[in-house]
Amino acid sequence: MRGGWEWLGLLARAARTPRGVAGITLAGVVILLAIVGPFVAPHQPTVSVTATFAPPSSAYPLGADDLGRDVLSRVLAGGWLLLAVAAGSTALGVGAGVLVGIAAAYFGGVTDGVLMRLVDVLLAFPQLVFALLLVSVLGPHVWLILVAVGISHAPQVARVVRAAALDVCERDFVRAVELLGAPARRVMVGEVLPNVLSVVMVELGLRFTYSILIIAGLSFLGFGIQPPAANWGLMINENRIGLVANPWAVVAPVLLIAVLTIGLNTFTDAIARTSLGVERPAEQLAVVAGVSGEAASLGEVVR
Amino acid sequence: MSVLTARMGAVRLRGFGRRHPLVRLVVMRACLGVVTLWLVSVVIFAATQALPGNAAYAVLGHTATPQRLQAVEAELHLNRPVVSQYESWIGGVLRGDFGSSLANGESVAALIGPRVVNSAVLVVVSGVIGTLIAGALGVLAAARRDSWFDHVASVVALGVTALPEFVVAIALVILFSVLVLHALPAVSAIPPGSEPWQNLKELVLPVATLAIVIAPYIFRMARGAMVEAMESDYVEMARLKGLTRRRVLLLHAFPNAIPPVVQVVGLNLLYLAGGIVVVEYVFNYPGVGAALVDAVSNRDIPVIQFVVLVLTAFYVFVNIITDVVALLASPRRRTAG
Repeated sequence: MRGGWEWLGLLARAARTPRGVAGITLAGVVILLAIVGPFVAPHQPTVSVTATFAPPSSAYPLGADDLGRDVLSRVLAGGWLLLAVAAGSTALGVGAGVLVGIAAAYFGGVTDGVLMRLVDVLLAFPQLVFALLLVSVLGPHVWLILVAVGISHAPQVARVVRAAALDVCERDFVRAVELLGAPARRVMVGEVLPNVLSVVMVELGLRFTYSILIIAGLSFLGFGIQPPAANWGLMINENRIGLVANPWAVVAPVLLIAVLTIGLNTFTDAIARTSLGVERPAEQLAVVAGVSGEAASLGEVVR
Repeated sequence: MSVLTARMGAVRLRGFGRRHPLVRLVVMRACLGVVTLWLVSVVIFAATQALPGNAAYAVLGHTATPQRLQAVEAELHLNRPVVSQYESWIGGVLRGDFGSSLANGESVAALIGPRVVNSAVLVVVSGVIGTLIAGALGVLAAARRDSWFDHVASVVALGVTALPEFVVAIALVILFSVLVLHALPAVSAIPPGSEPWQNLKELVLPVATLAIVIAPYIFRMARGAMVEAMESDYVEMARLKGLTRRRVLLLHAFPNAIPPVVQVVGLNLLYLAGGIVVVEYVFNYPGVGAALVDAVSNRDIPVIQFVVLVLTAFYVFVNIITDVVALLASPRRRTAG
């Protein structure tokens, strides 16, 4: 595959910009904490060890939660599953979106029309609501949350990738490879995909951030990763009532989620700026690509 | 890209003649919207009622007795084939009969209707406040590009963009009602029978949360669009004509920055449709979002179906409106038409 390692170069360049450094540092600290955390937690995260909402002490540096469990241990243990599910749904959603987007752009015509109508239908569901809808009857299984969040990403990714791929499909080298008799699959994977990689990278960053927001949000509402297992979204909700007695039980997970998503978003912004060479925020890219249907409808009026 | 097509469009529209393409666009979008909504209703039905497994068991769980199972099966028409179940559900929806709640037997329309108003108030008020403040800040940042204000505002916007609603909501609760200040209520339970605007104090925190969540996008878009407009030839021309800086900014650059901002405002209204779920839940605000969370915990299928249908219909409607408004607000199109 031509330029198979270009994306690494792009990542490296983005990581050297000021925003890239800031983003990687912030997100990296939290991700490291989430991965190492379960192994260094001083107490069992699911066992009551002291009084309900006990304030911080030397034995329990962040105090206790609503059931007297050690907040520090729960914070350390409560991140990895959230990150793992978010990574899974991002891979699924971006993968499916890239597939649909490139296929729609490459085949055009009826295929394009049908795929984009389906995309419109899924876009009508707010992402959190789509996940709630699937969880409502089937129950909050981890695999289901992964799939639901992944599916809810796919239409947005498909729109952006399709817009980028449309330009690529018009170019001479794609026509040339076709004339040489390459099958459609080879053209799409070998020629079109490498040329929309920077868009895909930005989407990966954006969708990973959104996955974390949605999955933590679902857990916060009580439909995500189920208790008694610790997780940051759920902890915030469980301990809201004890905010006065031991604010750390809420503040610690709030800070971790905030630092993580701010870091990821800043790094994604660095990728977008590096790859496009323009001063456009990442989400503006999505708007330009017609996420709201603007480009399509302006086009309709023109024609 | 859209700027280019718009410019080409202006040229072509002039030659195109009398027939107003806008009317055609609106009709076409409305038809597409109806088709989309129909497919959406199929997805909603499939996810709640047509999935493998008995929905009645899922609803009742451990409390399933033969009598209760029968009652739920009758309410959802589960004893009939799937297609006929869908027909009777969608037929009811078209007649304005949304079924009755499995939790308490009340009609869904009576249960959720007042909540739709409450949620609409929340969405509109926070949408307007967030847009005005963020839009003004964006224009200001672009006008003073590379000043310290621009840099600080841009960095703050980038940070806040990524924050989930519940993190913002909890942070506001900590700051304004529990730990630092005790100025505002942490719970926004609007008493039944009274309207949201009669309980302004209760509205402050939910509205502030949603406004803060959408503001960064609008700020960044407004700033970007203004920067782009100010670098364009026509603004350069206006400047060279000797117009005052303020005139150039407000009468020449600003109108051209409106269409992309309208798009983002539309996107954010849509985002609010999802955002209200968490925010209403946090503040216990009696809207459709909180109703959805309750319904999902009770597996109250008719309520889930109705609320999701309302939210998706809102999406389709706002999408059409946004496109039309963005088109009408585009100065290029106006001069061409």
